[in-house]
Amino acid sequence: MAYKVEKASEIAENIFEYWINAPHVSKNAQAGQFVVIRIDEKGERIPLTISAAKGDLVRIVFMGVGKTTKYLSTLKSGDYVLDIAGPLGHPSEIKKWGNCVLIGGGVGIACLPILAKALKSAGNHVTGIIGSRNEKLLLLEDELKEDCDELVICTDDGSKGFHGFPADILKKKLEETNIDCVWIIGPAIMMKITSMATIPSKTKTFVSLNPIMVDGTGMCGSCRVTIGGETKFACVDGPEFDAHLVDWDELMSRQRIYPAQEKESLENFQEHQCRCGEHHHE
Amino acid sequence: MSKRDVKERIQDFLEVDEGISENNAVLEATRCMECVRPNCVKGCPVNIDIPGFISAVAEKNFRKAADIIKSDNMLPAICGRVCPQENQCEGKCVLGVKEKPVRIGALERFVADWERKNGIQKPDIAKPTGKRVAVVGSGPAGITAAAELARSGHSVTIFESLHAPGGVLTYGIPSFRLPKEIVKAEIDEVLSLGVELKLNHIVGRSIPVDDLLSYDAVFLGTGAGLPSFMGIEGENLNGVYSANEFLTRVNLMHADSFPDYDTPVLRGGKVAVVGGGNVAMDSARVARRMGAEVFLIYRRREEDLPAREAEIANAVEEGINFYCCANPTRIIGGPAVTGIECVKMNMKSPDESGRPQPVPIEGEEAKFIIEADVVIEAIGQSPNPLLISLIDALKKGERGNVIVDENGMTSIPHVFAGGDIATGAATVIEAMGTAKKATAAINEILK
Repeated sequence: MAYKVEKASEIAENIFEYWINAPHVSKNAQAGQFVVIRIDEKGERIPLTISAAKGDLVRIVFMGVGKTTKYLSTLKSGDYVLDIAGPLGHPSEIKKWGNCVLIGGGVGIACLPILAKALKSAGNHVTGIIGSRNEKLLLLEDELKEDCDELVICTDDGSKGFHGFPADILKKKLEETNIDCVWIIGPAIMMKITSMATIPSKTKTFVSLNPIMVDGTGMCGSCRVTIGGETKFACVDGPEFDAHLVDWDELMSRQRIYPAQEKESLENFQEHQCRCGEHHHE
Repeated sequence: MSKRDVKERIQDFLEVDEGISENNAVLEATRCMECVRPNCVKGCPVNIDIPGFISAVAEKNFRKAADIIKSDNMLPAICGRVCPQENQCEGKCVLGVKEKPVRIGALERFVADWERKNGIQKPDIAKPTGKRVAVVGSGPAGITAAAELARSGHSVTIFESLHAPGGVLTYGIPSFRLPKEIVKAEIDEVLSLGVELKLNHIVGRSIPVDDLLSYDAVFLGTGAGLPSFMGIEGENLNGVYSANEFLTRVNLMHADSFPDYDTPVLRGGKVAVVGGGNVAMDSARVARRMGAEVFLIYRRREEDLPAREAEIANAVEEGINFYCCANPTRIIGGPAVTGIECVKMNMKSPDESGRPQPVPIEGEEAKFIIEADVVIEAIGQSPNPLLISLIDALKKGERGNVIVDENGMTSIPHVFAGGDIATGAATVIEAMGTAKKATAAINEILK
């Protein structure tokens, strides 16, 4: 049994949006949850946050970085992935918080639509702040404009929207209005730095952690993170945690257990791709 | 039984034990006393008619032998390989008092392997009952339950969260002890009874609890998948694995064949394994096969090692270095592991398990450091909390297990449980035994 990629598209530079036919996931997916995907028989299992779900389809968005994501990005509409398991992890804490700010950094922006929709339905006022290095890496702006009451766009280089980081906007918002809850989703370093902004006001702040996982169901402990001095498994105890309790340095260190292997695997893949390319021209 | 040469076998993941020949099997079978009240049967958690099948082997009627075994045990090729026979059937054999017990495990394996080579006979299946039964988990308990329930004519669906069936047989036990084609063959046989298998389905997440409970009966066999950690300093350093993770990376994901397969694992120059059970032996021997020098740290004495005798002997032969009466106190390094500090242990009077209680020796001189770049903790697993925490009405025990009565019934009358989720971490055959009991009870309520 394999799962069909119904629609594959590149929605920003090297960032891909796939709608995969997986009713067992899509029909039960909630904001904050993730899937584990394995492309083929030799593939590794990688976790990807659920970005949206509609009917039998579940949407994932990813950047081509390592071997697996680069390989995944070569799939076209109509191709298949061998396995998709989920939805996994606890759903986001959806309730009437009041004033919510959702921050997405880089490919983490893709996690916001499903969350914004759920929070809006629960009666919250939702402000979205999305940031990326430059205009070419921005994604899902139109969709998020619909899902959020207000959307602020930032780029590090000023090529679009506010010239600066989402944290700058967040600080300003915290001064201007009363904010009840904040979600920050993006690379670990971005989540660490951005969540510092809410420490003085002790504003409730969730982050979605992305350590290395294998099974994604609590069986291996690869994804262990330290939260308030206690070891937790991100896959089953999270993936969302209180940002102010996260041991960020440990998380970032544990994300880099296999740099040599990741490099080797990617080089192998790229070399193979070149060889196939040459063969194709003959 | 012939074992492959050590030098050769530590280079690969092929099976160590090559089994016994037909001639030797027949010869061994003739040793059986055919006791009137056979203790061996009592020692077997699924009560196989052991003298019955052995006498069929002695008559060279291997088909009959297979039929006898399989009327009680659908997974004989697996059990023949991984059961701790010395504590079960063979431990009770009367011949063991004066000489060596009949090698029941080796005979069971011989019969199962013979049948696989000579064509598997499908068991009789009862008429369809029209009842739907959900089996959660496809490990030893789930597979056994599914087979029994399908034979009784129910419509059975197994839900498995991973991309491959077999549970611990697939992700946990390495192929040099249990070849994966044997696991596949025995599972395929169960599926051929008309059992439906849904992979990648996490019950409670992909299948809402209400949908699960809408089945006429449910069998929970979700296992003891939650790895325990010691709770000492340095456990989250890079290079510290639970045995579950280390073994899953290799057995399920084939990290030993990286980069041909995509999943990496740290092979380690020096690997320290903590624990003394089968899982510890498996981890140590996997690490050895990937080229590491391996140290096994166990807090009690060598004679207290709970692993299967044969696997301890294999580990010793394969050059695993044992540090018994030692317990880790902290893991050293940053961000990667560089070593593990241990303290020597003294044995005090036995605890309630009957084993001596290990107590750390005081003073700095009792401490020592083992250099290691990988540490694997194989100190046990507890019941998988994911699904059972989502079923409110389910009564749970202190150890995280599901509470069941003597028939495997949970606090929800049409929901049964067997295997490690009910008993806490135990053996493959014990899981199968509890699953069989539960399926008998399920058949009763579905009448």
